[in-house]
Amino acid sequence: MKRSALWSWLWIVLGVIYFFAPLLATLEFSLRASRPTLFFSLLAYQQVLGDPGFWRGLLFSTLIALLTIITSLLLVLPTAYWVNLRLPQLRPVVELITLLPFVIPAIVLTFGLIKIYSGRPFHITNTTFGTNALLVGAYVVLTLPYMYRAVDTGLRAIDVRTLTEAAQSLGADSITVLTQVIFPNLRVALLSGTFLTLATVIGEYTIASFLVGLNAFGPYVSQIGQNRAYQGAALALISFSLVWTMIGLIQFFNRGIPGQSQVAGGR
Amino acid sequence: MAFLDLTNIRKEFTGGVAVENFNLQVERGEFVSFLGPSGCGKTTTLRMVAGFELPTSGAVRLEGLDITNKPPNQRNVGMVFQSYALFPNMTVGENVGFGLKLRKRPQADIDKRATELLALIHLPDKGKNYPYQLSGGQQQRVALARALAIEPQVLLLDEPLSALDAKIRDELRGEIRRIQQQLGITTIYVTHDQQEAMALSDRVVVMSKGVMEQVGTPFEIYNYPKNQFVASFVGTLNQLRCRVEHPAHGQVSYDGQLISTGAPIAEPKGASVSLMLRPEELRLGEAGGENQLTGKVEQVSFQGATIRVIMNLGTVTLTLDVFNERKLELPKVGQTYTISFPPHACWVMA
Repeated sequence: MKRSALWSWLWIVLGVIYFFAPLLATLEFSLRASRPTLFFSLLAYQQVLGDPGFWRGLLFSTLIALLTIITSLLLVLPTAYWVNLRLPQLRPVVELITLLPFVIPAIVLTFGLIKIYSGRPFHITNTTFGTNALLVGAYVVLTLPYMYRAVDTGLRAIDVRTLTEAAQSLGADSITVLTQVIFPNLRVALLSGTFLTLATVIGEYTIASFLVGLNAFGPYVSQIGQNRAYQGAALALISFSLVWTMIGLIQFFNRGIPGQSQVAGGR
Repeated sequence: MAFLDLTNIRKEFTGGVAVENFNLQVERGEFVSFLGPSGCGKTTTLRMVAGFELPTSGAVRLEGLDITNKPPNQRNVGMVFQSYALFPNMTVGENVGFGLKLRKRPQADIDKRATELLALIHLPDKGKNYPYQLSGGQQQRVALARALAIEPQVLLLDEPLSALDAKIRDELRGEIRRIQQQLGITTIYVTHDQQEAMALSDRVVVMSKGVMEQVGTPFEIYNYPKNQFVASFVGTLNQLRCRVEHPAHGQVSYDGQLISTGAPIAEPKGASVSLMLRPEELRLGEAGGENQLTGKVEQVSFQGATIRVIMNLGTVTLTLDVFNERKLELPKVGQTYTISFPPHACWVMA
């Protein structure tokens, strides 16, 4: 074996250890809940999955995530389409705006939201519905970079202007262009944005803990982690599995989608 | 009344005027090409016919109906784009049938029409393929079929062959003309390739800097250009700066040598004029009764059917084309030759 290949393998092994050792350690720790009676057991997992708080938190966060995704798509899709088609000169401004959530810490965003929407004239946080709506709004802002980037990348890959004009010349109105030509060709981008949003919202802690507390999955995981070590480790792995399942789903749905690799040009 | 009438079209963008004083009448079934360099306004004019751009002033009339402000989806104008613009999520058959589906035609009619058109473009078995499974030439044929499916009143083609390699381009060029003549569809074709425009068109509109320089048949444009721009843009042109010697006899001189141009010259004696000569009108060697010039061969370039020879006349170079023959003796670089050309090959421009 060549010297350079040996180095490659060394780095690969180190990388695998770096990524998987903590997971294996967490798994091993999560299986210790029955010691000394049993060396390994699934007790921690049984307790987590049997806890109504787990399902309540997961269901609540999933619902909030779905509402976030719908709101986000309604906001981002037309904006990104319009910017690509008619206002490309505004792209840097829109990109900057969508990147703000990376710059503004979640805790600052949370206190800003609470300060503005808890007092006059809004009083949104006085009701459960209002608080949940505020949470969705906060998540739309928080996940804007993922959704916008995914959609924008998808739009750039399909020559929006020419496809729009081609469809118009065949008699399509704006709605038909969007629903039958543009959106179907953004399937991969929309799926990526959707799953990234879902994964982010389900695991989010800071905003959820201040607005809805243990109702959400993130704060629930945090609390379990603080109070019950084995169950916390089990929960961490369950959360991790959920995210990997979503990434797997993106890969699955991305397979065999026609025309994603080429929109124009010779072969 | 013309089938398609463009009257006093002017288009301004923030950067300046893209098209101005554009007037053109296109007859039903005619194939007209807009020819010109990049930025001359040919695509902008086409896009105004399609409805993708609105003229700043002027009118577009189709069969007498003013369509200047009609949105593109209400014009019944088919368009083929340089980048094919096939819908990647649809099969070839679905692409071709898309316009008819929007017109709510029965599925059986759509399928029948798609089958007919795929046969017309010689891709009868590709209906179930996706665009990415086709070559560039095949994709452009499908784009053409898709535009024709809606039976447009006018077919617009925006540099449809530019993205293809030379051989496919030649093939498809012939296909486009064949289909256009078979269907008798009024067509406007945008290109910067003069050969393409010449080979395809009934008439060519030569444009420069947003203005029509000349409109005419390919023969007229090539042989009787109205100005120096058209003469030099269409085909290769030699220009010699000459002095008028005998205006009434149509004689000028170059480097002391008298040249007969075959027609009286409007400029006075002693005036400086340009003598224009096409490369194919020049011959290597002497010929009785013809004008003659002497020069040294600078370059010989074999081009298949013709051989291009670049001659140095001292202060200027001349390009001449010689038909290829198997027994032809190629001119040698560095040797001095005589070039001859008949008086009727000369045009004089001030």
